[in-house]
Amino acid sequence: MNPVNYLYLSALLFTIGASGVLIRRNAIVLFMCVELMLNASNLALVTFSRMHGNLDGQIIAFFTMVVAAAEVVVGLAIIVSIFRTRHTASVDDSNLMKL
Amino acid sequence: MNSLIPLLVAAPLAGAALLLLGGRALDRFGHWLGTLAAAASFGLGLVLFSQMLGRPTEERPVVEFLYSWIPVNGFQADVAFQLDQLSMTFVLLITGVGTLIHVYSVGYMAHDERRRRFFGYLNLFLAAMLLLVLADNYLLLYVGWEGVGLASYLLIGFWQHKPSAATAAKKAFIVNRVGDMGLSIAIMLMFVEFGSFTFGPVFGAADDASEGKLTAIALMLLLAACGKSAQVPLQSWLGDAMEGPTPVSALIHAATMVTAGVYLIVRSADIFNLAPDAQLVVTVVGAVTLLFGAIVGCAKDDIKKALAGSTMSQIGYMVLAAGLGPIGYVFAIMHLVTHGFFKAGLFLGAGSVMHGMNDEVNMRHYGGLRKYMPVTFVTFGLGYLAIIGFPGLSGFFSKDKIIEAAFAKGGTEGWILGLCALVGAAVTAFYMTRVMMMTFFGEKRWQPDPETGEEPHPHESPKVMTLPMVVLAVGSVCAGALFTYGDAFLKWLEPVTGFEEGHPPIPAAVVTGLTTVCMLAGVGLAYAMYGRSRIPVTPPVGSPLTRAARRDLLQDDFNHAVLVRPGSALAATLVWFDIRGLDGFVNGLAATIGGVSARLRRVQTGFVRTYALSMFGGTLVLVATTLLMRSV
Repeated sequence: MNPVNYLYLSALLFTIGASGVLIRRNAIVLFMCVELMLNASNLALVTFSRMHGNLDGQIIAFFTMVVAAAEVVVGLAIIVSIFRTRHTASVDDSNLMKL
Repeated sequence: MNSLIPLLVAAPLAGAALLLLGGRALDRFGHWLGTLAAAASFGLGLVLFSQMLGRPTEERPVVEFLYSWIPVNGFQADVAFQLDQLSMTFVLLITGVGTLIHVYSVGYMAHDERRRRFFGYLNLFLAAMLLLVLADNYLLLYVGWEGVGLASYLLIGFWQHKPSAATAAKKAFIVNRVGDMGLSIAIMLMFVEFGSFTFGPVFGAADDASEGKLTAIALMLLLAACGKSAQVPLQSWLGDAMEGPTPVSALIHAATMVTAGVYLIVRSADIFNLAPDAQLVVTVVGAVTLLFGAIVGCAKDDIKKALAGSTMSQIGYMVLAAGLGPIGYVFAIMHLVTHGFFKAGLFLGAGSVMHGMNDEVNMRHYGGLRKYMPVTFVTFGLGYLAIIGFPGLSGFFSKDKIIEAAFAKGGTEGWILGLCALVGAAVTAFYMTRVMMMTFFGEKRWQPDPETGEEPHPHESPKVMTLPMVVLAVGSVCAGALFTYGDAFLKWLEPVTGFEEGHPPIPAAVVTGLTTVCMLAGVGLAYAMYGRSRIPVTPPVGSPLTRAARRDLLQDDFNHAVLVRPGSALAATLVWFDIRGLDGFVNGLAATIGGVSARLRRVQTGFVRTYALSMFGGTLVLVATTLLMRSV
């Protein structure tokens, strides 16, 4: 199977994730979309690794997973704490950081 | 080493310091202390005078080095005094007339609670003027020059609670400033040209300098003289200076201040002699001023202002004579001395009249005072005869010599200047006769005081006031004959100023005759106009010339139109440029940045997704750019 197809899939997943980030309001859904984007880029990295015949891309993919896991832990904690104080998970309601 | 010369200046200076710093403890006898300081200076002057007479002519001038003032390499300024015949003449005039005015002021200012301060200022005035005439270099002369300006400011504005007096003082100071600028520029030019400003080296080196530079220096000196001596175009302060107490007017007009300009020109004779163009300007200034002052004097109803116009005119004679070169210097100084006597006498007389008339100055409210103030009348009358040049009195000798010298200048200028001086003599006789007639003759036109309704009760002034007037009257009568007898004054001053016999195109006797005829014509006309007919209490409208002369021949209007108005316009333009141009630019810049920031702030919406969108957009742009750059 032509590895380029994996890249197409990766681009498709990334686009879906990015659109989700821009369009959806729910912080949890947003988070899932971010994960989708991260995994899309992981897929692209692995594909490139395969195509070029070296392991650099795969190693970076592992790093990405570790970082993503850490990010999920911190991010979910923030979301839970926001939900507790404001009783909503909508990111548009958290707009105090403006003049 | 003659240690008396510095004491001449030190005596009044110490008096001034003591009186001004001494406080109220000196109130009771401070005025006598001030008079004593002036008299001590006069006494010292007499001692020095007799010492000088005892020396042969060529050893008479002495220079006394006191201390080095600014010792810098290439710039040596010393405090050193030079006492020669010219300075000696001035010293005697300043201290002599000054002392008499001090004595007079004891009576005149008797009811003024600030009398002690007044005497302090008078002493300061004398000290500054003595420093001016005794300095042996231009820089020290400048110190005295400024001191005189300061003292005149303090004295003219002595009654500072009157706004008019405060304004007059400021006016005198500011107009003098213009002249002072001329003197400072002249000193700088001298230093650049000769490397010195001491009289000896400057005059010694003047022969080698180019005529252009000498003319520039001379014209700057003339500007200085115009300021101090109230010559056209810097004459406007003199009339307003009458706001000061009358003894101050006498001091300014007779002994100090206005004579400084004439002194400066005569002292700088060696420079003026080599700059004929500048000399011509000096004579023109003198001739114009002598007519200007005389015309103003004819129209004034204020007795002091009429006398002020007269001073301007007489100083004009002196400047004219000083501009004629060696044929005129001696006569300029001679007229200065005789004028010192009779003008001081006239002013003190005017003060005495005012003293008796509730400080009324309007001559239309006088009349018939000769019976009530006999001493004042006689002394004033003798001063009057002296100033109009009545044969035999002092003014006759000195003024006649100046008119002769003016004719003797030769050529067309000589005729024009001579005729101006002749006309001036006639006008002088006219306005002085007018003052006499309006004050001492005719019927009483006394008016009650507008505030208290009190009728004036004219009375003779106390002895302490009349005595100086008598002395000055004797001086006005005798000085001329004394100076002319055996050409005494000529021989005395000639070694300093130089002298050349002038040769008028018409015989001297004819000039004398013409002068006398002009004088009599002036007297006759004034008698016909003011002696024979009634004088209205409210002044008639008069001809346009009279109206102009009442306003000092529109000098203030001229200054206002030519100097003040453009000056204000320039200032307004600069303010506009500052506010609109400079401030406008700075404020505009700030406003622009503020406005742009306010708009940029809107970008910060606080919505996370907007930030995300801009991040995506930015990434997109970066990727697109990278791809584009690669493909190129």
